[in-house]
Amino acid sequence: MEPFTTHTGVGVPLRRSNVDTDQIIPAVYLKRITRTGFADGLFAAWRSDERFVLNLEPYRAGSVLVAGPDFGTGSSREHAVWALADFGFRVVISSRFADIFRGNAGKQGLLAAECDQADVEQLWKLLEARPGTEVTVDLREKTVRANEFTAPLRVDDYTRWRLLEGLDDIALTLRHADSIAEFERNRPQWMPVTTPAGTA
Amino acid sequence: MGRTLAEKVWDAHVVRRGSGAEPDLLYIDLHLVHEVTSPQAFDGLRLSGRPVRRPDLTIATEDHNVPTLDIDAPIADPVSRTQVETLRKNCAEFGVRLHPMGDDEQGIVHVVGPQLGLTQPGMTVVCGDSHTSTHGAFGALAFGIGTSEVEHVLATQTLPLRPFRTMAINVDGRLRPGVTAKDVILAVIARIGTGGGQGHVLEYRGEAIRALSMEARMTICNMSIEAGARAGMIAPDETTFAYLRDRAHAPRGADWDTAVAYWRELCTDPDAAFDAEVHIDAAALSPYVTWGTNPGQGLPLSASVPDPARIADENARQAAEKALSYMDLAPGTPLRDISVDTVFLGSCTNGRIEDLRAAAEVLRGRKVAPGVRMLVVPGSMRVRAAAEAEGLDRVFLAAGAEWRSAGCSMCLGMNPDQLRPGERSASTSNRNFEGRQGKGGRTHLVSPLVAAATAVRGTLSSPDDLS
Ligand code: SF4
Repeated sequence: MEPFTTHTGVGVPLRRSNVDTDQIIPAVYLKRITRTGFADGLFAAWRSDERFVLNLEPYRAGSVLVAGPDFGTGSSREHAVWALADFGFRVVISSRFADIFRGNAGKQGLLAAECDQADVEQLWKLLEARPGTEVTVDLREKTVRANEFTAPLRVDDYTRWRLLEGLDDIALTLRHADSIAEFERNRPQWMPVTTPAGTA
Repeated sequence: MGRTLAEKVWDAHVVRRGSGAEPDLLYIDLHLVHEVTSPQAFDGLRLSGRPVRRPDLTIATEDHNVPTLDIDAPIADPVSRTQVETLRKNCAEFGVRLHPMGDDEQGIVHVVGPQLGLTQPGMTVVCGDSHTSTHGAFGALAFGIGTSEVEHVLATQTLPLRPFRTMAINVDGRLRPGVTAKDVILAVIARIGTGGGQGHVLEYRGEAIRALSMEARMTICNMSIEAGARAGMIAPDETTFAYLRDRAHAPRGADWDTAVAYWRELCTDPDAAFDAEVHIDAAALSPYVTWGTNPGQGLPLSASVPDPARIADENARQAAEKALSYMDLAPGTPLRDISVDTVFLGSCTNGRIEDLRAAAEVLRGRKVAPGVRMLVVPGSMRVRAAAEAEGLDRVFLAAGAEWRSAGCSMCLGMNPDQLRPGERSASTSNRNFEGRQGKGGRTHLVSPLVAAATAVRGTLSSPDDLS
């Protein structure tokens, strides 16, 4: 994973709350077996409306999405993160994320950063008043800036550390392979196994 | 101080305590796999030359894409077919047990695990699917994960995780006749909102919960994710043990006794504290339906479509306005006057044998209204076989409903079972998101009883509305 320290790019105001992952990428787009090629499906239903924000210049080239509360609810599909990243987003800002979405984002180098809803509203106004305004997100300092506006961001320490260092989770865990083996030796033997198939 | 059920299960699975920014490393007892969220994970293993650490704690089934008609023929949609074939290839290569289309044990992943007896109290269960919360009905800590985490579990059988917070959902008193688990959970979500459970494990407690069957408990835990929760749990009791006894993968003989003795300890201590508590009066509940485009937008069937102008919170008002415009509903319309084109009975929420029995009881001797199509999709091939053994298929067919093979089907419309643009459904599934059941489709979430009554009257109804 590429390390993430700061990012500057065009901010996109998405004035919607409860953006579920079915909206981010509908199920019909989930049939691919790769991690790429999902940009077409991003917000597919909304993009058929030509007034939708991502169909407007200069938002089309945006890389920082500023969304309403409860972003990424519903299905666990990581395809939602892949679609956002494929489209060019590096950061999503919201006052509240669904847990699974936030976890998935952190795994893929997409920063899901929380800030207060009042700050989201400020950013929306700013980005709508001057479309194309660039937003800078600094993960080291945990801040978001746009023109004169600055606000603190909340990112959990572990995700922040992994993103700053560009670390791979599995490799981190496998450093503890001995502890895992030790744990396995102590599991009760009556616990179920899937193979061979049991018979009732 | 005492511990909650969730904390007990968590503590029993800590491989390594985290420190500082590093979270706990948690052992995973059972990993369920399906075709949609796994191909990229297996690919990741191949790229890094890693094996599946514990194929014997892993099981796969085909559910999201599978057609529910003509299941002996190859899948017509080539992209769906590729995804299903990729799962078969991956399972063969990595030694994972798979129940493919046509197999007696095939079905929706969250129906298959419990019916095989693989889901047991006190376990940690994960799946690349948010409705993994279903398995919490057994007192397991069960939660959905993304594809990167699927790869992580395949490779290490663990996950790095920060402890979840805990929330008690007390459903006090008794449910009235005709009020079901689905109504309870829709009422809970309407109360706490789609983000109300964020970061929490919900533990459902109280007299009304204790009185529920295992299948009804699964319905409740299934939809915990719709309240934003990581998981839902119910402490195991005699109902749980009776369900598990003699299942294919349940412990036997002396092992059974050892297991039950351990399972009995799995309850929240009297002096344990939850981070949050909610009380619901069971006796005050009635059949619930959703009117909007998220599962928190629900009301009693006797209510009317709400007027957004009367909603004080600006975000909630805007969400309601958008929802009503998408749903094409006018404020003030009695919910009972809303007519539907389609009724869907199925999904991991309400696709089990008790759900089919409840709906069949309503449909017996009645007809699906003209112009309404009703799809009955059992949650697994075992449920289908059990229903046929009881003659339920004949009740559905005689009423004019369609009797299908097992799968996710119209819950998410990845297979050909979809709503057309503008069509409206009463659905026993769990998500009424825009386009969830097909682009432009409109969904009202309901219980199996309401689904069956709605099919007969053609408008949202409960069995009490049928003469
Ligand atoms: S039935 Fe619906 S909610 Fe359940 S696993 Fe399938 S798609 Fe997901």
